[in-house]
Amino acid sequence: MTLKHRTYAELTGTDASRMVEQVTAQLARVAERLAGVEACVAVMSGKGGVGKSLITAALASACAARGLAVGLLDADLVGPTAAQMSGVQATGLKVDENGLDPAISPAGVRIMSMELLLEEGAPLTFKEPASESFVWRGAQERGALREFLADVRWGDLDLLLVDLPPGTQRLIDLDELLPRLDGLVVVTIPAAASEVAVGRSMTLARQRGIRILGVVENMAGYACAECNETRPLFPGNAGEQLAHSHDTTLLGRIPFDPDAAGHANMGELNQLMSHTLAGAAIDAVAQEILEAIK
Amino acid sequence: MKFLCVECDEQMIFEERSLPGDGTLSASFRCPGCERVVAMLTNPMETQLVSSLGIKIGGRAVPEQPLELVRSEMIGGREDAFVDAEPPAAVGAPNASPGVVWSLAAVERLEAVPRFVRGMVKRIYTDYAQENGISQITPDVMDQARSDLGLEGM
Repeated sequence: MTLKHRTYAELTGTDASRMVEQVTAQLARVAERLAGVEACVAVMSGKGGVGKSLITAALASACAARGLAVGLLDADLVGPTAAQMSGVQATGLKVDENGLDPAISPAGVRIMSMELLLEEGAPLTFKEPASESFVWRGAQERGALREFLADVRWGDLDLLLVDLPPGTQRLIDLDELLPRLDGLVVVTIPAAASEVAVGRSMTLARQRGIRILGVVENMAGYACAECNETRPLFPGNAGEQLAHSHDTTLLGRIPFDPDAAGHANMGELNQLMSHTLAGAAIDAVAQEILEAIK
Repeated sequence: MKFLCVECDEQMIFEERSLPGDGTLSASFRCPGCERVVAMLTNPMETQLVSSLGIKIGGRAVPEQPLELVRSEMIGGREDAFVDAEPPAAVGAPNASPGVVWSLAAVERLEAVPRFVRGMVKRIYTDYAQENGISQITPDVMDQARSDLGLEGM
């Protein structure tokens, strides 16, 4: 026997939990918090290990050195490194009922990262029943990203850079959460394998209507500190190929520079930017990005 | 989510939410026509899925706290991550703040909460007391708030 009764839409009373209103309110909080942000740019790669986080932190530092108010949101919740690379020590964040203050790097960049919240060496894990975590893990990470956007007192910023983890899901989360994503910078290495993986991410971004500001090719040659020249390192020219095939710009080629990596590991971005070939190349990329979002 | 009393053709009204402490959730709904009450019972997986979205079954009773999801759900949070973890002064203490006050027993219980979430928990209990016209927070008030607000593990 089939029961005859009214459907959800036919019930005129409100949903007691007001779930739609709760979700709408969450997004409104993000929009309200970011009202003072002039431009939001995400840095991504479809591939891990291409040096994206170092480049993002250095770009933020380079933009701040131009006198701009810059924020850096580390959206790599599982492998966060932005704070350490930027020279930020994990200390108590000031928080009250209206939000929390971001950490401030020596370069003046406002930073929020899971690194500031996790015990040293602790993996990102959530309270959950022992099994079926695949069901809600993605929702929890998306929720954490939403809170980083909505609850941090970013203030008035000329530029908010978002360092995305490898893969594409966080880009989708970000695009859905933000009232406006002004552009995407894509990082690759020269190798053909990277070209394929990063190309997939760029295709997804285009399908979502996200503006790709350009491609950065990292580890493009070896920066020799002794002769002050860049020598060949990896075969391939994925940066140029990707820029061409996706009708965008090659923003720059960053040489592999052991000194730069050392400075980043020590949180010495000022040294990286002023004393390395990689720093000079990243500075030029920063200028390209700022021109692109004018 | 809505509940319909098929017999009366009336939309049922949300009554209360409770967390038994085993990861499950119970939300009861009453028919305004025949007064029949039904309970929606969710298993730990379903409960977790909803809380992962930052949504409260039955709606929000107190304002959402900054980083509420991260602070309440994450494991391995730094003890020194935030500077809001100092417990409130107990009632009668010279530095007790005006407004809602905390009993000594409530302060002691709050001090047992991990510092990573303590400041947030303190604000939630204070908001709850203010919303409900309670002038002093005691362990009983904390128990009631925990049940009313779904503060499992707090």
